[in-house]
Amino acid sequence: MTDILMPRLSDTMTEGAVATWHKRPGDRVVPGDLLVEIETDKAVMEHEAYEAGTVAEILVPEGRAAAIGAPIARLTADSPATPPSPVPSPGSAVPAASAPPESTASGAAAVPGAAVEPAPSESASAGAAVKPAPSGSAAAGAAMSDVAARVEGPGRRAATPLVRRLARERGIDLSAVPGTGPGGRIVRADLDLFGTAAVSPVAGAPAGGTDRREPTAVPFDGVRQTIAARLTTSASTVPTFTVTASAAVDDLLDLRVRVNAALDGRKVTVNDLLVRAVARALRAHPGVNASYSPEGRGRTLLHGRVHVGVAVASPAGLIVPVIHDADRASVTDISARTRELAGKAADRTLAPDELADATFTISNLGMYGIESFTAIVNPPQGAILAVGAVREEPAAGGGTVRRLRCTLTADHRIIDGALAAQFLATLTGLLEHPLTVLA
Amino acid sequence: MTVRSYREALHDALRTELRRDESVFLLGEEIGRFEGSYKITAGLLDEFGPKRVRDTPIAEEGFTGAAVGAAMLGLRPVVEIMTINFSLLALDQIVNHAAKVYGMFGGQARVPMVIRTPGGGGQQLGATHSQNVELYYAFVPGMKVVAPSDPADAKALLLAAIRDDDPVLVLENLALYNTRGEVPDHDEPAPIGTARITRTGTDITLVAYSRMAAVALQVAERLAETDGIDAEVVDLRSLRPLDRDTVVASVRKTNCAVVLEDDWLTYGIGAEVAATISDGAFDWLDAPVRRVAMAEVPLPYAKPLETAALPSADDAIAAVRQTLDAVARRR
Repeated sequence: MTDILMPRLSDTMTEGAVATWHKRPGDRVVPGDLLVEIETDKAVMEHEAYEAGTVAEILVPEGRAAAIGAPIARLTADSPATPPSPVPSPGSAVPAASAPPESTASGAAAVPGAAVEPAPSESASAGAAVKPAPSGSAAAGAAMSDVAARVEGPGRRAATPLVRRLARERGIDLSAVPGTGPGGRIVRADLDLFGTAAVSPVAGAPAGGTDRREPTAVPFDGVRQTIAARLTTSASTVPTFTVTASAAVDDLLDLRVRVNAALDGRKVTVNDLLVRAVARALRAHPGVNASYSPEGRGRTLLHGRVHVGVAVASPAGLIVPVIHDADRASVTDISARTRELAGKAADRTLAPDELADATFTISNLGMYGIESFTAIVNPPQGAILAVGAVREEPAAGGGTVRRLRCTLTADHRIIDGALAAQFLATLTGLLEHPLTVLA
Repeated sequence: MTVRSYREALHDALRTELRRDESVFLLGEEIGRFEGSYKITAGLLDEFGPKRVRDTPIAEEGFTGAAVGAAMLGLRPVVEIMTINFSLLALDQIVNHAAKVYGMFGGQARVPMVIRTPGGGGQQLGATHSQNVELYYAFVPGMKVVAPSDPADAKALLLAAIRDDDPVLVLENLALYNTRGEVPDHDEPAPIGTARITRTGTDITLVAYSRMAAVALQVAERLAETDGIDAEVVDLRSLRPLDRDTVVASVRKTNCAVVLEDDWLTYGIGAEVAATISDGAFDWLDAPVRRVAMAEVPLPYAKPLETAALPSADDAIAAVRQTLDAVARRR
């Protein structure tokens, strides 16, 4: 008997949640088989088997968390004497209670040479009439999975892939969700209703209450837990101050138009230019590209490399993928990497190293029309830049000028006001003389 | 923009290319003096002469093979095969020569030829003259297959096919020849391998090509009126290369899909689309992908039977309603 332990999948992970088991008791496993998907504080990651055997027992069900090193399943060494617990395959007999689906194409068999195999279809299993083939078009759903779900027994509820993913993300136990789809399958509408009506009503709600105006409790997933813990630490232990400056960005915006015209298809965004400008400003002011360390009597860690985190609003919550060595990357390189990382954030497929080692963070809410805002420092980083929208404003000498407001929030233990001001002056200077951003 | 028929749009594209490029020439059965069985080549013999518009014997393998050779030596032949059913006689020339030459002989010669040919049933032409066998060609690496559903795409995709350096089969459709629509006056080709979202919607994705893409649009409009269903329509336009990204992105948005196809269901193009959706949008699916296709029979000649065997707008509407019933999102 071998224990399978909760793996350590990221540097900052302390516990992991089982997102999806890919093997069930009785399943044979060989090294390299995908065993389980683990949700860490940063991403959902696949974990493979290292040894051969048969899954004897699953100790941590889907949706539950365990500390690193805790056993999450047991594997028995291969022996023919171990009878695997029965897991019916789609090919096994269907219980009499659920009638086998009708052939959608029974009529076709009347045509010599044109007989087709009976295709179990959702419409048939749901009792809907399907025309025999010669009298109408065949409409067949991919319903083998539906049949499989119904013969699998009470252990596994039929649910659509979309529902399984959403349940994983929202931390919902599907065994409690009523299914109204064909054969009792849980569909998204069921989940949405369950999410608004029945998730752990807070104390005081009437028993059996289905009043949708009651507050509902949505359990934190791993990402949300990390956000909550990190920012609480930051806001309650780091003394911060903010400085704001605005830059006239007419030239920058013109330059972007010219760059994009020259690039033939690939587009760089204002944010890409901003990342590059910030990286250069950090290079000019190493004291801002720094972290606080409590070691000894306290020290400032000056980072030799410039890794800029870019805050992204993903379906899973706030995620900060990192453009490593941003000071050595061209704007087009930054643009391509940012687009790739944002895509991965949306799919929850970011690798741990794509989220690690940022020395500074940019949070840009310009696309929402926000004029300016302050952000919370993400420890151990020393500072974070909050970027607003480009706004057209009256110019002092008449006419208009387009301006961009940037607000730096800094850890005052290592960064003083003058340094923060110098950094912002360098940054606005770069943005106002945009050729220096590209240079 | 000018309103043109699908037939006229194809004619316009041929005439444009014959005028633009001396190496373009047409060949096929009865395309010259008879002006083509479906009149696509009307007037072109008079305008361009018998060297550029060549009538051929009834010998599909022979004239398709001649086009392969001409293309290898630098001309741009546009072959008309009267219907896709007759292309089976030229299958070896298309599959084993046109599609293979470039890759098999180290890129020494390209085969910039076009085969124009209509598919489609519903004209009471019997089982051997009413098929949709575009799959045979979309299956073969080395081929490109485009399938326009409206006059604008008929012109733009035929222009693209003639200018492409690989063999391209342009699937026309008997039932679409008389349909009309706005066609740009310019001669810009459409990119081959790019699907088009012809109607944006949020509730369900309809994927189709050729005639069924036109049906899908009608179905979407009817469902919006009668059921308040907001369907998105993806017109594949190109069967090879297949624009999987557009299909997947749409299904990730709507969470369910129905594929409409004029060919047979089993092993059909809808099966490839369904597999594409399963690969790229599995975690976004709230219902199985459903397919609407032709009945699994040789198409009958008798009108009532022929109509019953072909996929219809009503069949598509039923499939959409069943799918949305399954996800409890039908209003």
